[in-house]
Amino acid sequence: MGAPDEAIATPNEAGDGGPLAIEPLAIDPLLDDPQTRIIVCCGSGGVGKTTTAAALGVRAAERGRRTVVLTIDPARRLAQSMGLSELDNTPREVPGVDTSAGGELHAMMLDMKRTFDEIVEAHAEPDRAKAILDNPFYQSLSAGFAGTQEYMAMEKLGQLRSDDEWDLIVVDTPPSRSALDFLDAPKRLGSFLDGKFIKLMMAPARVGGRAGMKFVNLGMAGLSMFTGALNKLLGAGLLRDMQTFVAAMDTMFGGFRTRADATYRLLQAPGTAFLVVAAPERDALREAAYFVERLAADRMPLAGLVLNRMHGSEAARLSAERALAAAENLEDGGIVDRSRGNGDGHEALSAGPEDPEDGSPVAESPGTAGSVTTARASRTPHAEDTTACTAKTPSTTAKTPSMPSGNGAAKESEEAAQQTDTPSQEQPGAPTAEPEDEAGQLAAGLLRLHAERMRLLARERRTRDRFTALHPEVPVTEVAALPGDVHDLTGLRTIAERLAQQPYSAD
Amino acid sequence: MTGKGGTGKTTVAAALALALADGGQRTLLVEVEGRQGIAQLFETESLPYEERKIAVSHGGGEVFALAIDAERALLDYLQMFYKLGSAGRALKRLGAIDFATTIAPGLRDVLLTGKACEAVRRRDKRQRPVYDAVVMDAPPTGRIARFLGVNEEVAGLAKVGPVHNQAQAVMRVLKSPETAVHLVTLLEEMPVQETVDGIDELRAAGLPTGSVVVNMVRPPLLGAEHLLTAGERTGDIARAFARAGLGGARRGGHAERLVAPLLEQGREHAERVRLERGLRGELHGQDLPVHELGLLSEGVELAGLYRLATELRGQLHTGAAHAGQTHAGRAQAATKAAESERA
Ligand SMILES: Nc1ncnc2c1ncn2[C@@H]1O[C@H](COP(=O)(O)OP(=O)(O)OP(=O)(O)O)[C@@H](O)[C@H]1O
Ligand SMILES: Nc1ncnc2c1ncn2[C@@H]1O[C@H](COP(=O)(O)OP(=O)(O)OP(=O)(O)O)[C@@H](O)[C@H]1O
Ligand SMILES: [Mg+2]
Ligand SMILES: [Mg+2]
Repeated sequence: MGAPDEAIATPNEAGDGGPLAIEPLAIDPLLDDPQTRIIVCCGSGGVGKTTTAAALGVRAAERGRRTVVLTIDPARRLAQSMGLSELDNTPREVPGVDTSAGGELHAMMLDMKRTFDEIVEAHAEPDRAKAILDNPFYQSLSAGFAGTQEYMAMEKLGQLRSDDEWDLIVVDTPPSRSALDFLDAPKRLGSFLDGKFIKLMMAPARVGGRAGMKFVNLGMAGLSMFTGALNKLLGAGLLRDMQTFVAAMDTMFGGFRTRADATYRLLQAPGTAFLVVAAPERDALREAAYFVERLAADRMPLAGLVLNRMHGSEAARLSAERALAAAENLEDGGIVDRSRGNGDGHEALSAGPEDPEDGSPVAESPGTAGSVTTARASRTPHAEDTTACTAKTPSTTAKTPSMPSGNGAAKESEEAAQQTDTPSQEQPGAPTAEPEDEAGQLAAGLLRLHAERMRLLARERRTRDRFTALHPEVPVTEVAALPGDVHDLTGLRTIAERLAQQPYSAD
Repeated sequence: MTGKGGTGKTTVAAALALALADGGQRTLLVEVEGRQGIAQLFETESLPYEERKIAVSHGGGEVFALAIDAERALLDYLQMFYKLGSAGRALKRLGAIDFATTIAPGLRDVLLTGKACEAVRRRDKRQRPVYDAVVMDAPPTGRIARFLGVNEEVAGLAKVGPVHNQAQAVMRVLKSPETAVHLVTLLEEMPVQETVDGIDELRAAGLPTGSVVVNMVRPPLLGAEHLLTAGERTGDIARAFARAGLGGARRGGHAERLVAPLLEQGREHAERVRLERGLRGELHGQDLPVHELGLLSEGVELAGLYRLATELRGQLHTGAAHAGQTHAGRAQAATKAAESERA
């Protein structure tokens, strides 16, 4: 690790959070605050929105709040992570959650058709409701194509909120930018309803070009052509269905709009918190920046950024370069062969820690990264000459900068640097025997693995720092990657704990 | 190209368009979600609604790109059946286009798939296809069957007329052997689960499934078997670290203190490898060719994209991934297969 400190400190030197002027995002106070009623998780694909939403739900519930997690994503992911086989349009209680603090956890998945049907049933008198529900145009519209989902999401959220049955609603949005399209719902509905087009659709449903003719009389040539075109294109039957549908929905459209407007304002209110989830990767963070800006433009309250799946290391004091050099050294028979002239390993050893970490690929490409097997093949026995190398160690270690946020690692590294660590006495002088050879291979493998981890870690931090430099005002929390997948309550609790930990608090 | 969010649909679609353009072919890469993902990937400014060349591949092939915009596609579409001219703009003012692209059932999706199929069917003056292949960066797995099946729904709604015919024509292309829906996944539980579900859904909808592309595959650095006995050998490992110049191997020495954390990382890695093995098995059980693309640890960038294209091309025509095969052997096999295919 080179100089991450300088890299981050620049934009926000006045900050008070230590060398890293990243504002910590405090999750627990957010979850515990009775004023917090809605949390929306958004972000680009696959970053962990659903996992985060579910984890927040579990934590909020176990801290005593009556919580419902609503997923708008048709994928079955949320159900799976909570150990439920299926989710539907009504909240279902999630078993296995600790309710001793008085909270509860329910989960549901937006079913667009059901939601739409419910609205129709609730807002139209029975005859009319039936006419709408039977209309083929409606049936296909409500089944949830692009476009309807956002309205229904707004509706459902509005419903859940106005029921007042829930202390907290956590919303999981679908992948892609369109996750925020629902913010546009009221506007789009408005421009449609205010448009003259709807009036055409409201015109008496007549067969053929008659409806169009009426509009010619109104001097709306374009419109008449459009109806004509529509009739020709769609067949008169479909246009009639559409017109009947629009006519039947007439009174309801207004309602949609009023409610969508209300929900929009609700989202702007202080009781709502948007969380942008991102992986520490360039593209995901670029999307995150887009979300941050988009939310600001709509004056939506952003609580902060969740950086999910960050990597750390308990051995961060050992740099990638040194680990690699040591691995090569072991693979070459446990010595540094200085007589070879190019002294690959040796060079890396001394140069590594001073090198500003720039993440440039070291030696091999990922596809062909020296695996244990290839390394073994190229190994040749060499004479012993360890002194030169080991003698360097203390000073090299002293220069190794500590990891900025790997708690504890910094302290440990200092202490390690002070300790005069003499080359070990146990060190064998004889050429390697068989079992030792294996241990050497294993050690080399572990070192390569560590080198890869350290590079990943450096890259992730750099990416993060680029984001925070651009958006120093956005509070951030980090969630370390679990080695396996998250697919049960235990996993969700672990994620939640990590969410709630504050990596940047000065300690 | 579909797949769970973030698995690399856009990247792999672009790599495939490059790979298929190899050797003088011409391909079109289309995007339908209005996110300008292609432009970002190729590091160009935003794509207009217009097919333009964005890359050349090995052997003089060309990749064109198009970001399909539903609104523009609607005007195109109306133009296609009806000379609308400036009336189109009038419609826009009336809010009709808003209606059509946001409220009308699936019209958006109809337009997007319709435009892509138009490019597939387009011929030049000599009646040859303008594009040798059209690669679509499609919506994610959760929506794919519905997205591609939308024309069926439309054909059912508009029972007669040009829209009906058009919808049926699009459906014919999408269900023909000319189409293949590829699924990109990672070796992680949820993406694999979604892939398996997606394959089922596509099959149920009568849509042709192509290959599974496992993306961002990490080379196993350390066999899990090595780690089985590692716990008992901490002393040996510490001595090995010391030998490699990492400090003292005795208790509390630098080298010794590295053993526990590095072993822990090793254990995590082994768990990952074991998990991946199981998931790979599940994917291979789907009765579809499985391809693998390596993780580019420094991110994709343009050069990386070409590397992925080469990797993909090496596997495409051989039917399945041949992990052990040499590079040269693979390329050869691909060329042969391509030749025999053309013949
Ligand atoms: N901190 C973590 N550590 C390990 N694995 C994680 C972590 N967070 C999420 N995952 C895994 O990453 C994958 C993607 O997570 P998730 O489904 O929550 O993402 P998403 O953003 O909702 O995806 P989509 O965009 O497809 O809806 C899942 O397999 C999940 O188990
Ligand atoms: N083989 C690879 N090696 C390394 N990084 C990769 C690889 N393939 C894709 N990526 C990276 O993964 C991220 C997601 O890729 P991409 O945008 O192609 O996914 P997507 O499925 O299209 O995402 P979305 O669901 O958001 O549209 C990008 O940052 C991309 O550069
Ligand atoms: Mg999700
Ligand atoms: Mg994409």
